[in-house]
Amino acid sequence: MQTGFVPIVILLVLAGAFGVLSLVVSWLLTPKRKVKAKLDPYECGIEPVRLPAKEQFPVKFYVVAMLFIIFDIETIFMYPWAVAYRSLGLFGLVEMIVFIGLVFVAYLFVWQKGGLEWEGPARPMGTLPASVEHTPGDRRREPAATGGA
Amino acid sequence: MIAADTIRLPIPLIFSATLFSAGVYGVLARRNAVLVLMSVELMLNAVNVNLVAFSAHLKDKLFTGQIFALFVITVAAAEVGIGLAIVILIYRNREMINVDEVNLLKW
Amino acid sequence: MGPLAQAVAPSHMPIVLRPLLPELILVGTALALMLLDALRPTPDQRPFVLLSLAGVAGAAAATLSLWTWKGPGSVLGGMIAADRFAVYFRLVILAAAALGILLSSYYLDRAGEARGEYYPLLLFATAGMTLITAASDLILIFLALEILSLSLYLLTGFSFRRLASAEASMKYFLLGAFSSAFFLYGIAFAYGATGTTNLAGIATALASRVNGDALALIAVGLLAVGFSFKIAAVPFHMWTPDAYQGAPTCVTAFMSAGTKVAAFGAFLRVFGVAFLPLAHDWRAFMGVLAAISIIVGSVLAIAQTDIKRLLAYSSIAQAGFILVGLSAGTQAGIQSAMFYLAVYAGTVLGAFAVVAIASVRGEEHTALSSYAGLARRRPLLGLALTAFLLSLAGIPPMAGFIAKVSVFSAAVQAGSWPLVLIAVLASVAAAFFYIRVIVLMYMQDPAPEIEGVRIESDPAGWAAVLAPAFLTVVFGILPGLLFGLLRTASVVRF
Repeated sequence: MQTGFVPIVILLVLAGAFGVLSLVVSWLLTPKRKVKAKLDPYECGIEPVRLPAKEQFPVKFYVVAMLFIIFDIETIFMYPWAVAYRSLGLFGLVEMIVFIGLVFVAYLFVWQKGGLEWEGPARPMGTLPASVEHTPGDRRREPAATGGA
Repeated sequence: MIAADTIRLPIPLIFSATLFSAGVYGVLARRNAVLVLMSVELMLNAVNVNLVAFSAHLKDKLFTGQIFALFVITVAAAEVGIGLAIVILIYRNREMINVDEVNLLKW
Repeated sequence: MGPLAQAVAPSHMPIVLRPLLPELILVGTALALMLLDALRPTPDQRPFVLLSLAGVAGAAAATLSLWTWKGPGSVLGGMIAADRFAVYFRLVILAAAALGILLSSYYLDRAGEARGEYYPLLLFATAGMTLITAASDLILIFLALEILSLSLYLLTGFSFRRLASAEASMKYFLLGAFSSAFFLYGIAFAYGATGTTNLAGIATALASRVNGDALALIAVGLLAVGFSFKIAAVPFHMWTPDAYQGAPTCVTAFMSAGTKVAAFGAFLRVFGVAFLPLAHDWRAFMGVLAAISIIVGSVLAIAQTDIKRLLAYSSIAQAGFILVGLSAGTQAGIQSAMFYLAVYAGTVLGAFAVVAIASVRGEEHTALSSYAGLARRRPLLGLALTAFLLSLAGIPPMAGFIAKVSVFSAAVQAGSWPLVLIAVLASVAAAFFYIRVIVLMYMQDPAPEIEGVRIESDPAGWAAVLAPAFLTVVFGILPGLLFGLLRTASVVRF
């Protein structure tokens, strides 16, 4: 069994060496002409546009995409459970309820924090809803959002 | 003698080693943080190939490798979520996400 | 019944949850805090502080009750070890977490960063840290590592309006994710070489081989690289100074202590159990890692002008000293490394707590020059920092001295003379930059722009400084208190 793996080890080393080598060679050989087009990030032919500084750009798509990935992938744990559902019996059911309960807590959190609003969170990150009262001189949190409608 | 249901282990292992190396290359060579993140994902998926191949080769009764691959997929998704959140944060502050231009702190 | 169901069906695997109780309490508290934050937003962070302290205290009580655990050594199908090794590490981590929470409440208040997400994240990180030291299966070790890392990436970037914090978070994240891929690749090879991910199972499989097999050696190498990233050993230390400097100081304090203890706990368990049959192969590797960590960490620390970066490089050197104990590969080596870790955790946490208080608000005064005359402005603060720096330098009567001596004697017993010689010389050289800071605090006048700054503190901040300072002195004078526990706690079999 052991001798069978030796070629793999050699190949592993070769593969690693190939990676490092191509890095080094390309660094040594390439002429370094910094054309603007080359330095731009590749975006399928669309010219990347720099947004004006300090302007908030809509992040709703990213936020929704991120949340989708996270919640979508949780389903993966249900496949093995479904396969062994009958033999796992009550034990498996309880485990799955606990698991879904945990996901539900995360869902509640995201919902209440405004992560599911397509129009973007009603208030900037890290601030409290305007409904929360602030006592004078309170410096435990930042002031409530001004545009928190 | 290779039985019909046995896989040839070297093939997936070489494949995964190549994939992993490509990921390492990407992490070291790319400047864009999103591409670095993608390269890390490539490395994680190379490991998944490895795990499943070993699991099949060892005829593991517990399917450890396959179950582990599921965990890796989940962790990778969590990593992407957090990674993108951090990248968006930097982008909003600096309007760029090139790793080598983020240089407020000394490397 | 299929084979999978047979293996995991309840009749074949009794569900004993008590050894997992500390983590369950921590995660339960964190979830409760998440719901509290989402459903009842409040500007007051006191309920969060008190609840998370209660959670940590509950977890500590559950951990203490495991000291006299009479049940099987590993439960839940060999996933969780119920040994005293795990109890010891958990207690150290939970103590660091409690002090971290106190310091955070102090820091976030003044930096204006108090938000409800902070404490759940901190508790999740703590749960990951305690879980990794009790995990006796590579799958669970990986998951725990990710739980603690992912929470810490977010905590590092918690003051996201401060660019340095967001930037530190990105660097920490990218390098951390990169290193966990190596770690994972190592696990895959360990599984391929032995057919199991259980640590004891791997040891059994490896012990029956006459020669070390190539796959197992690749696994050892890749896992060592992954762990080296987490413990910040050279040459895998690049993230440390940036992450420590950019993160909010309270997070730096918690993660510098907690991550290192947790990662070393898993490191000791994986290499002391699973790869013990290959000890001959990895001992030299650890020795080299230890030597360059000590040298590079100490040399680079001399050039630093920011106290947070200085402490970061110091923690890199400290990782090297702990590795000296690990490289001995003996029971005495593990024991000394465990003592060193507890001392290190207290010392570094206390030192960063002093930095948090001396910075007054957020990250304002972290330059070394603003420490000039600190001992005159705030004598107690200066005295505490002096104690921590002397302990880090390894000067008696501080606990750091005993820790260094025990690590060195373990390595000498194992015959690593050259390594100990390098370590001793480097620690003499390193004493220079610690003493430089002390001289700065006592001998120099404060800069005019710093003179008028009033340093204030509240009981939470003082607790985070004085408790570690007290322990640093006590364990320096009475090291037997800890070594008594370590006689049984340093036995690791699962």
